[in-house]
Amino acid sequence: MSWLMIIVVVLSVVLIIAALFAVYQKDLLLAVIGTSAVSVVLSVLFYILQAPDVALTEAAIGVALTTIIFVITIKKTKRFEE
Amino acid sequence: MRKVIAILLLIIIGYYSIDTILKIPFGEGVKGVGKHYLESTIKETGAVNSVTAIVVSYRGFDTLGEVTVLFLAATGLGAILYDKKGKKRSLQNASLIVKTSSKIIYPLIALLGAYVFVHGHLTPGGGFQGGAIIATGVLLMFISYRSFETNHKALSIIESLAGMTFVTIGFAGLIYGTSFLQNILPFGIPGELFSAGIIPLIYVAVGFKVGAELTALLDNLLKTIK
Repeated sequence: MSWLMIIVVVLSVVLIIAALFAVYQKDLLLAVIGTSAVSVVLSVLFYILQAPDVALTEAAIGVALTTIIFVITIKKTKRFEE
Repeated sequence: MRKVIAILLLIIIGYYSIDTILKIPFGEGVKGVGKHYLESTIKETGAVNSVTAIVVSYRGFDTLGEVTVLFLAATGLGAILYDKKGKKRSLQNASLIVKTSSKIIYPLIALLGAYVFVHGHLTPGGGFQGGAIIATGVLLMFISYRSFETNHKALSIIESLAGMTFVTIGFAGLIYGTSFLQNILPFGIPGELFSAGIIPLIYVAVGFKVGAELTALLDNLLKTIK
């Protein structure tokens, strides 16, 4: 097993944990942080899988813009899921 | 009853997804249309980055559609959040460290965004990515300085001009060539900045358009916070 393979497996596990955290978290602000963590890991994975164009898009839009739009929306509505 | 239907649907969807994925020959090299793209993009479009060649040249009309969708989404949001009174952001100023460092980083982020969309036909990235990077830079300034303002009129003028440039280049291809978005400029030497015909022009237009749109969108949203 090469180092790259180990990194890919570890990143995939982190990705799934962050995604489950985002789904099951009742505090929506923390859930948004979870989705943004998913985006960070996903953009690294895209880069390793030789898709740098998609990695750039994921990093700029997934990490920064989507997160801030969700944070503003939560600020305007409710923070906790019932 | 609903659970049974849901499980049945999941089984059907799962079966067909796995069936499709198993039929894709992973790791056997590229075949068919992918092979054609990889082998002949430099010859047919002059672009070194084949992703850009597909997005702007082979599927240029789809890109125009995407730009239109983004424009409509931004316009719709602006219409929903429209307010006659010129509102101000009520966010607090950030700390001195954040303010000083964002003042240094902001021009660098804008430069990176411009680099990404100007070199779209040479290196990974392009108009959408570059525009989004520029918008994140402006976002950094929005959240560090309360007084940082963007000129909405200038933003909408940039946006309209960029969109018109895209469509004009498309119609120039229709007039001087054979079809909409046909390449009418010389290819130049592949790998140089001024090469690949109309691809860099279109990507610069898309970069300006996406950057201006996302900046205006963020400004509109941030102004709604009480």
